[in-house]
Amino acid sequence: MSDHVASEVSLLDAVIMPRLYKAFGINPDPSVFAAIAEFSDGPDLVEAGRKVRAEGYTKLDALSPFPVHGIDDALGVPRSKLGYFVICTAFLGTFAAFLLMWYTGAYTGPHIPGCDLIGMCAYPQVIGGKPLFDITFGLPIMFELSILFAAFGSVLGMFAINGLPQLYHPTSNYSKIAGATDDKFLLVVEATDPKFRAQETVDFLKSLGASHVEIVEDK
Amino acid sequence: MANQESLAAANPLLETNPPLIRGVQEYHAITQAVSEISENKTPLKWYILTSITGLITLMLGGMLTYLVATGIGVWGNTAPVYWGWDITNFVFWIGIGHAGTLISAILFLFRQKWRTSINRAAEAMTLFAVACAGIYPLFHTGRPWRAIYWLGPIPNTDLNLWQNFRSPLMWDVFAVSTYATVSALFWFVGLVPDLATLRDRAMIAGNRTRQIVFHFLALGWRGSARHWRNYEMAYLILAGISTPLVLSVHTIVSFDFATSVIPGWHTTIFPPYFVAGAIFSGFACVLTLLVIARWALNLEHLITIKHLENMNKVILTTGWVVGLAYGTEFFVAWYSGNPYERFIFINRAFGPYAWAYWIMLTCNVVSPNFFWSKKLRTSIPVMFVLSIVVNIGMWFERFVIIATSLHRDYLPSSWGYFRPTYVDICTFAGTIGLFLTLFLLFCRFLPIIAISEVKGVMAEQRHPAQGVAPVPVAAYEPSGELLEVR
Repeated sequence: MSDHVASEVSLLDAVIMPRLYKAFGINPDPSVFAAIAEFSDGPDLVEAGRKVRAEGYTKLDALSPFPVHGIDDALGVPRSKLGYFVICTAFLGTFAAFLLMWYTGAYTGPHIPGCDLIGMCAYPQVIGGKPLFDITFGLPIMFELSILFAAFGSVLGMFAINGLPQLYHPTSNYSKIAGATDDKFLLVVEATDPKFRAQETVDFLKSLGASHVEIVEDK
Repeated sequence: MANQESLAAANPLLETNPPLIRGVQEYHAITQAVSEISENKTPLKWYILTSITGLITLMLGGMLTYLVATGIGVWGNTAPVYWGWDITNFVFWIGIGHAGTLISAILFLFRQKWRTSINRAAEAMTLFAVACAGIYPLFHTGRPWRAIYWLGPIPNTDLNLWQNFRSPLMWDVFAVSTYATVSALFWFVGLVPDLATLRDRAMIAGNRTRQIVFHFLALGWRGSARHWRNYEMAYLILAGISTPLVLSVHTIVSFDFATSVIPGWHTTIFPPYFVAGAIFSGFACVLTLLVIARWALNLEHLITIKHLENMNKVILTTGWVVGLAYGTEFFVAWYSGNPYERFIFINRAFGPYAWAYWIMLTCNVVSPNFFWSKKLRTSIPVMFVLSIVVNIGMWFERFVIIATSLHRDYLPSSWGYFRPTYVDICTFAGTIGLFLTLFLLFCRFLPIIAISEVKGVMAEQRHPAQGVAPVPVAAYEPSGELLEVR
């Protein structure tokens, strides 16, 4: 009786679940995060990355102390989309500056109820016979605020797209992770990769000339 | 070694275009050289220097307290020179800061690889210089805690009043505060990978406190290729927007003067003239600080003579631009046919402030010409002295522009002569103390050289890309031995 149940479970484990995991790209063993291979210079990493990708792996990453030339193409990392976000924030800054100067100095429309309670009523005032608002004197501040907003957009946007700040990441369980910010170049093959097979992947990475390969767990 | 010398002698290119990073060509060697500065025990000379500059900073605190308690009459500003040392020092410090942004942004866009060894320190200097500059406009209001309502568009119920955005002084507030913020962001973004390096080194060394502090400061940076992609884009964008920003800041500072109707100020040449002067003085200040820092912190192989020589070339060039501006100003004053304009320029050179004018001219136009000689521009003592001379000259430039234009205006009955009080002098000395204190703290606690960027330059030196002009003319063994000269 017990034998019968055991064989049923093993059928599920051995055949059905791996196919489902593979179909949905789910990490079958959540405690395993990735296989990490260590290289000692950038070109070796790029070369290994290219071969790993040619082998059909897709969930790849590389950790390096400085941006390695050519690694994005080797691993198929897409082009950064940050610029689209930043251009929007820059124009938001231009508009914010225009709105600030136009509303506070040139708004002559009806009284906005409650504005006096929060100190935000318009105060149009002619000074030196100049117009209440004009693009010629508005330009410097519109320019400066565009730059300011774009700078915040690029910095905060970059961290947000990268998912930072992130105070824990499974790669930190790699035994020699400190090398990645010093002089080592790590190739990461994540366990969610459909082609990932712990032992096979490790052997393959070793065959690429990695000085050290390790299965890293997500504790 | 003999082989190295013969190789070097065989190729004159190595003489004219030496490698940017000398010494052992190992990534770890850079990490070690830069990180250990903040990891080792604090040297005694650091304590001594910081105590001295700290005391000077305390004097600044005392002077500002006295100013607020008494009123801005304690400064020498009085009729007819109502803009005295406060705005002179403000423009001086803002100008100093410009070199940092120029190095970090403009040289980045021009792909000048030599910037990587010096950009971190130069950007830090920018921040500290802008902090010093900010003290003057803030405290000249007399009531700095209320200044936020006068300077910033803060909704307020007691005044119900807004700023006058038609005033260049208001533009200046926005320009300088944007500049300070963007510089700080740029600096922090550059620091993040290096903070991660310090974090990981603290982990290996088992220093729990450092590990926790840098863990939070590095925001979990791990050097992922996907992150580097966005990081490099962010860096490029920041460089792209900082370039027009830095040009706009001193342009707008010069609008404070140029949009007025004072002879000697009301000129269209001011924006480029001010920007060139700012770069001139800023590079000189970076040079002064780095000559000391590379010697004190044993970083001669990372901040090489080539870096210093390049900075001297920039100083020589901008010195001539400034000299050209002085000449143009005089010519336009004569050519305009405006008697007030003519008077003010003759008065500048031969009037009561002639001494200041000729100090300015000697320091700014004559002294940089020593850098025509390669021997002099690669000599550490010469460049150290000249960098200080240039900054003295640039301080006098701002003083000459401000004081000489104001002290004899249209009405001879109101003519006067500006004399600084001891509060003026001690406040200025105090901001120098503050600047140096902040720089010393920076040198002690943060990586003074951009570790990750220098490694990138070293990688190019080790593996020159195909089809790229042979900038790294020498290939090195990892041990630092010269392998081949191309």
